[in-house]
Amino acid sequence: MKFTKGLLQRASWDIKDAEVTPEAVFNDRRRIVKAMGLGALGASIPGHVQAGIFDLFGENKTQSPFITSSLSFTTNQAFAGQGIATPFNKVTSHNNFYEFGTSKQDPSENAQGFKIDPWKLVIEGEVEQTLTLDLDDLTKLMVLEERTYRLRCVEAWSMVIPWVGFPLATLLKKAGVKSNATHVAFETLFDPEQMPGQKSRLMGGGIHYPYVEGLTINEAMNDLSFLAVGLYGKTLPPQNGAPIRLVVPWKYGFKSIKSIVRIRVMDKQPPTSWNQLASHEYGFYANVNPDVDHPRWSQATERRIGEGGLFSAKRINTQMFNGYGEQVADLYQGLDLKSHF
Amino acid sequence: MRLTSKHLFWLKVIIHLVALWPIGYLVISVMAGDAGGDPVQYIIHYTGVGALNTLVILLMISPLARRLKQGILIQTRRLIGLYVFAYASLHILAFISLDLLFEWSLLFQEILKRPYILVGAVAYLILIALSITSLKVIRKKMGRRWQQLHNWVYLVAALVPIHFYWSVKSEIIEPSIYILIVIGLLSLRLSISKKLSQTMSRLRLKLSSQ
Repeated sequence: MKFTKGLLQRASWDIKDAEVTPEAVFNDRRRIVKAMGLGALGASIPGHVQAGIFDLFGENKTQSPFITSSLSFTTNQAFAGQGIATPFNKVTSHNNFYEFGTSKQDPSENAQGFKIDPWKLVIEGEVEQTLTLDLDDLTKLMVLEERTYRLRCVEAWSMVIPWVGFPLATLLKKAGVKSNATHVAFETLFDPEQMPGQKSRLMGGGIHYPYVEGLTINEAMNDLSFLAVGLYGKTLPPQNGAPIRLVVPWKYGFKSIKSIVRIRVMDKQPPTSWNQLASHEYGFYANVNPDVDHPRWSQATERRIGEGGLFSAKRINTQMFNGYGEQVADLYQGLDLKSHF
Repeated sequence: MRLTSKHLFWLKVIIHLVALWPIGYLVISVMAGDAGGDPVQYIIHYTGVGALNTLVILLMISPLARRLKQGILIQTRRLIGLYVFAYASLHILAFISLDLLFEWSLLFQEILKRPYILVGAVAYLILIALSITSLKVIRKKMGRRWQQLHNWVYLVAALVPIHFYWSVKSEIIEPSIYILIVIGLLSLRLSISKKLSQTMSRLRLKLSSQ
């Protein structure tokens, strides 16, 4: 919601709180469905066979999951989201995080042993003072808020995710951005021991690691640019970029770099990973734009991943700047977005 | 031991089981949530690679039959070929139903716009033609043209790995391996047909000199 001339208005991206399924309710539903399904199946099968089938159903995968904890935050009413939020289990089991493998389910399977403590995030470059933050600083020093953003992947699927974090600008202002700064570069942790995709080309999809991303300084200072430390009220699971990741909701998902260890304010445009790999397919800006197709995917529509089973997804029209044009369109005045894709 | 037609029956039973098992496995893993929170891309990839694997096996049958001197193996090609078609159909059905959500206009736009989809679509059209004409009645009616038509399977074998290679974002190693395998299998045939034509021309020379 936002205030215009003293009137409380519901912004275009707002949703009613009632439309978001609480995670607890969702999990309960899932538990019940699972119990029913497995119960009926299990009753008809001898014991030792059952054990094997339960393995298959992934019951023993939950033995040493990554531990997330609850966060305290306020909900930013200006970004309460639009549409029904994608269920927690889909947000956390459908991920592009090539450091843990290239299929969508790889990250949630391979990242559970990921260590985020100790963690060091450095903010450096063209700043008044270099900042080094640890995990505690990230969640305690900053005032946390919840924002529900749409996430549009370049592969033409999308989600709606309630993130917890703080504006990137707030952190950059703490470090003090110098006047000659034009861009901000980001870097993911490089640790091949923990991230098998960085060790093997086969698993890591041929990307040159560490993964790097970048924004212009104006994009970085825009209120929408968000550093998330949590989702659905809890700290981030590793497959979603624990302990801290970027969220740039008007750009394709790959701009929202995960597990950040370095933020460098620069006076020139930094290299970005997907642009390095295939510059004709992935530009520096990567703004969501239904009029500019990717060589492999039409960007005119997208498949929204919401509640329900396989056939319940919806195909919806993709909006310019993922629907955030009101906040960001002025950043690109005079720029040809067909050539600067 | 030379395989007989009695063995052929059991061989076909085994082929059915081996070909159907992965589909059952797919259903179980999707139902159990082992295919990720949104298994759409997983299902499309799984069935596509299934079709490609079956195609590779299909192409291995006749060199294998020759090498092992088990001519009866040739009689499994129709069945395996139909499983290639079945997996390819599941692949396309998954793409249309789960990814495009039956937006037919989008499907036709995508076929025309994206070379990798066009390549896949051409391969699938050939597979349809081969599957329909695999009926014995039609085969008999077609006579010599049947073999000419069915040699198009080699074009399918060339197109499908290209379709795979073109479709991935950056994970080119797996499709590259398939391209190498198919090149190997096709060159095997080239050398065989070369030898065959050499002996044929030698024979002709002999005949004409007599």
